[in-house]
Amino acid sequence: MADPVIRVAGLAKSYATAAGLFPALRGVNLAVYPGEYIAIMGPSGSGKSTFMNLLGCLDTPSAGDYFLAGKNVAHMEKDVLAVLRNRTLGFVFQGFNLLPRMTLQDNVALPLVYAGIGKETRRAAARELLDKVGLGKYADSLPNRISGGQQQRVAIARALVNKPHLILADEPTGNLDSHTSEEIMRLFGELNAEGITIVLVTHEPDIAAHAKRQVRFLDGEIVSDQLTAAVPGVEAC
Amino acid sequence: MLKAMLGEAWLAMGANRLRTALTMLGMVIGVGAVVIMMAIGQGAQYAVQQTISTMGSNLYIVLSGSFTTAGVRSGSAGAPTLNVADAEAMSELDGVSNVAPTHQGTRQLVYGSQNWSSQIIGTTPTYLEARAWSIVDGAAFGDSDVRSATRVAVIGKTVAENLFGDENPVGKTMRIQQNPFMVIGVLGSKGQNLDGRDQDDTVIIPLTTAQRKVFGTPFLGSVRMIMVQADSAESMPKVEAGITALLRQRHRLREGMPDDFFMRNLSAAAESEAATTRTMSILLGAIASISLLVGGIGIMNIMLVSVTERTREIGIRMAIGARQKDILTQFLLEAVMISFAGCLLGLLLGLTIALGINFVTGMVIVISGSAALVAFAVAATVGIFFGWYPARKAARLDPIEALRYQ
Repeated sequence: MADPVIRVAGLAKSYATAAGLFPALRGVNLAVYPGEYIAIMGPSGSGKSTFMNLLGCLDTPSAGDYFLAGKNVAHMEKDVLAVLRNRTLGFVFQGFNLLPRMTLQDNVALPLVYAGIGKETRRAAARELLDKVGLGKYADSLPNRISGGQQQRVAIARALVNKPHLILADEPTGNLDSHTSEEIMRLFGELNAEGITIVLVTHEPDIAAHAKRQVRFLDGEIVSDQLTAAVPGVEAC
Repeated sequence: MLKAMLGEAWLAMGANRLRTALTMLGMVIGVGAVVIMMAIGQGAQYAVQQTISTMGSNLYIVLSGSFTTAGVRSGSAGAPTLNVADAEAMSELDGVSNVAPTHQGTRQLVYGSQNWSSQIIGTTPTYLEARAWSIVDGAAFGDSDVRSATRVAVIGKTVAENLFGDENPVGKTMRIQQNPFMVIGVLGSKGQNLDGRDQDDTVIIPLTTAQRKVFGTPFLGSVRMIMVQADSAESMPKVEAGITALLRQRHRLREGMPDDFFMRNLSAAAESEAATTRTMSILLGAIASISLLVGGIGIMNIMLVSVTERTREIGIRMAIGARQKDILTQFLLEAVMISFAGCLLGLLLGLTIALGINFVTGMVIVISGSAALVAFAVAATVGIFFGWYPARKAARLDPIEALRYQ
């Protein structure tokens, strides 16, 4: 069996509030293997967003270890985490989060700018991914010229541009109608079929149903973890 | 990467054109003011330097003393206490390069049907050396002319124009006090002195001739004024002390008796004039810099607004891998670009206005490359200094908070 892309052990995070320390996560253990497609579910306040922020290297845990591609990144410097986000992760947000002043092509190429890649290479890579998500002909348009579903496709193209180890999607269909949501989920399915690892946060069961494994959070802990489709060489913990 | 960031800074500047333009205006006015003020200040300094250089350098004037008759005091050079022998003795002193006894006054000149009133200076040939005054046509008189009191004259440009018009004055004979004088040379132009008097409105004749034929003198050989030039600025105090001691000894003044002559340092007056203009130009520059400072604060203000407005954008950039220094560079670059663009426009505006002032009023202005360089350096510094705080604020944002910002 391949080494896990993500392995967290005893991951905990507390926030200081007026009423004292609030434990958002209480010792989570999880391993994600290459090629997996995981939906993380749970009600509001269950700790899934905190968990995603930690997975996304946007935040550091209060306790526990987080191995990303074999490296313990739990207590790294901010700038090192920025490089990790850039090279090993791709983000897809609920609100698309494209930069409004930039063309779609420049939006997709932006992570490559921070990776220090040359202009021609950036342009070619962005173009290729826009073609892949079916929006090549809008490459020079601004984000406000296209629909929400199309914007989310561009965001996915941006997440893929640095060839990351995995894609983290936080409620990627939260702002979309059901028809467009289906299209986006189909795109995720295709990407996963190509071997890309996907971790998806959602509270909608029919969106989660597209994933091959469902992990359920409640009160800062994992309460269930089940495979819904066979993944070669992977078993549920 | 820097190129990509420059492009982005350009985009960000273009996103809100009116705001960028207004922010820039602060810099434009600041830099423009500095350029204009420096041009005027340096122009004034240049004009004063020019005037000082026409006067001659390291000069002392020794005037004969005053006398008192029945309580009425004569003022300086009233008593005939100095004579030519004093001047000759002074020229032996260490550090003295030229000594020129002079006797001057104003007389009417006549040539043909023209007449003109001018300052007549009776002196020795060393006077021209002390004042660094050149002859552009003809020749100067020599020591032999002084010894034999010949009636020759060297005239200034203004005299030549008013008395001789288009004629060449050299070789012509004019009259001063009924005495015919042959014009043997024309002086180079010196323009105005510090008092605004036309230095070219002058006739220079041998001292002896002036005393015998033009002004008359109480005692033969007495003079009212002796011009002394030291060989360097450093030797001036030594020369002053030397002359005082020499004259007191020659005039047999005992300890406790007051000097029977006056000494004036001409260079000191000129230096203080130069210092005044220098102070004025520094003051002008300082006032102009205040507007530059205000422009800088304007940049800081707008950058702070911009950081707040673009919090979400900063969050997105951080999420996809921008390091703190990337965000810092981006916002700093924007501030510096606004500052530089403002500086460039301000430079153009300042130059245009300075040239306009020169064209309209004829005021001397000096535009130096170093002033432009200084303005540029200041603009860059202002951009970095006032852009630093907002940029650092942007770079230190928490990515999660920034992403959540609506």
